[in-house]
Amino acid sequence: MNQVRFNHLLGLEGLSRAAITEILDSAEAFLEVLDRPIRQVPSLRGVSVANLFFEPSTRTRISFELAEKRLSAEVTNFAASGSSISKGETMLDTVQNIEAMKIDVVVIRHFAQGAPHFLAERISAAVINAGDGSHEHPTQGLLDIMTMRRKVGNLEGLKVLILGDIAHSRVARSNIWGLLTMGAEVMLCGPGTLIPREIEDMNVDVTNDLDEGLAWCDVVNVLRLQIERQREGLLPSLREYQRSFGLSKSRLEKAGGEKIVMHPGPMNRGVEIDSDVADSPASVILQQVTHGVAVRMAVLYLISGGERVIE
Amino acid sequence: MTEKIKQYIIDAAGMELTLARLAAEIIEANHGSKGMALVGIRTRGVPLAVRLAELISGIAKKRIPVGILDITLYRDDYLMARKTPKVRSTEIPFEIHGKNVVLIDDVLYTGRTARAALGAILDYGRPDCIKLAVLIDRGHREMPIQGDFVGRKIVTLPGDEVRVHLKEVDGLDEVVLVETVKED
Repeated sequence: MNQVRFNHLLGLEGLSRAAITEILDSAEAFLEVLDRPIRQVPSLRGVSVANLFFEPSTRTRISFELAEKRLSAEVTNFAASGSSISKGETMLDTVQNIEAMKIDVVVIRHFAQGAPHFLAERISAAVINAGDGSHEHPTQGLLDIMTMRRKVGNLEGLKVLILGDIAHSRVARSNIWGLLTMGAEVMLCGPGTLIPREIEDMNVDVTNDLDEGLAWCDVVNVLRLQIERQREGLLPSLREYQRSFGLSKSRLEKAGGEKIVMHPGPMNRGVEIDSDVADSPASVILQQVTHGVAVRMAVLYLISGGERVIE
Repeated sequence: MTEKIKQYIIDAAGMELTLARLAAEIIEANHGSKGMALVGIRTRGVPLAVRLAELISGIAKKRIPVGILDITLYRDDYLMARKTPKVRSTEIPFEIHGKNVVLIDDVLYTGRTARAALGAILDYGRPDCIKLAVLIDRGHREMPIQGDFVGRKIVTLPGDEVRVHLKEVDGLDEVVLVETVKED
């Protein structure tokens, strides 16, 4: 059997179809663990995992923490506020100190793009990127792809519309890389100011017309609008954004056909997505949350096992 | 590395007889089929469990529930293994609590798989008892574990491999003892 090796998970860019498939297949097995009377397996007993969150996060951190605990790993949490980072220590110093405490796996969320890559080159622990700036959020990409695969079976030729603030979205980038690798087609939709020019080189279509995008797609993945962007002058007003790019029931009905509606959370109800869409049967938003724990268990399991190959 | 077949242990006709005897022993020890459930350990324990359940159902005139157990997540060598073993799903479509569970595997060797299977099964509930049925016991135990129902007990050397082939997976029923020889 051809096994895929994982030393780190830094992004979905460059990750092979075989590797993504192996993570998703393993995640299916872990999904079953989550339904057992005892939702814990002993696989990672004795493995120490540190969750380093240099940026606030609730659900990703909780999802990782649950995944780690359900694999029986030993969990330590570091949040930027309240640690010595707020006393001026550099990230590398912080991490080297943590490593000196014998940590096997580091899960890192950082506001700077490339921070996990920087670490992976300098420490011996395995590094999992839990979101770096507007670059990548690979476990979110994987859980989105898992949710789509469970819903439709085959990703080949699946038409996925990614809607919203593409420019600042690491979720969008991980989705694009992963989906293209798996043979899906991707279209991006949002205001021109929130779609970076260079992204068109990624072999995706771009539209500024939501109705066109909705008519084309099988799946619409709605991104969270980072409200603070409005202050940067990239959006005229939230109401105008909502009118042009907000996903409403009437727009979905107008597009016809059955669409799968996704959102990585947290949602701005009434801005990028309306409640009657988010809570409709077409929405798989809560399934995404469940799949997130399973996918993270799979990544932790695959990264911790076997002999590490020193690159 | 070359392989040499040392011994043919069971052929297709022998497999049928051995499984029929195991089925009879299992139902006798259980005083009938009451509360009985078979759980096959992946991979080759699963078709064996299905066949034994059919044989026992034939005697008892009652369907015997069958489950599938993947023990990958309970292995004790996970962090030492050169390759990360593939995790697959466990399917226990019945309530474990209060059952007389018979674990089914093809080969009993070190006893570590059975140890892992005990851990895994207990995470699904509290059965009244757990017994172990194996097609082949090849010795060299590293744990205090013994089979309750054993198809064939054979003498092997540590370097030998017992190959169990089953119709469902391999196209034919047979068990062979293989010696692997390192070439200089």
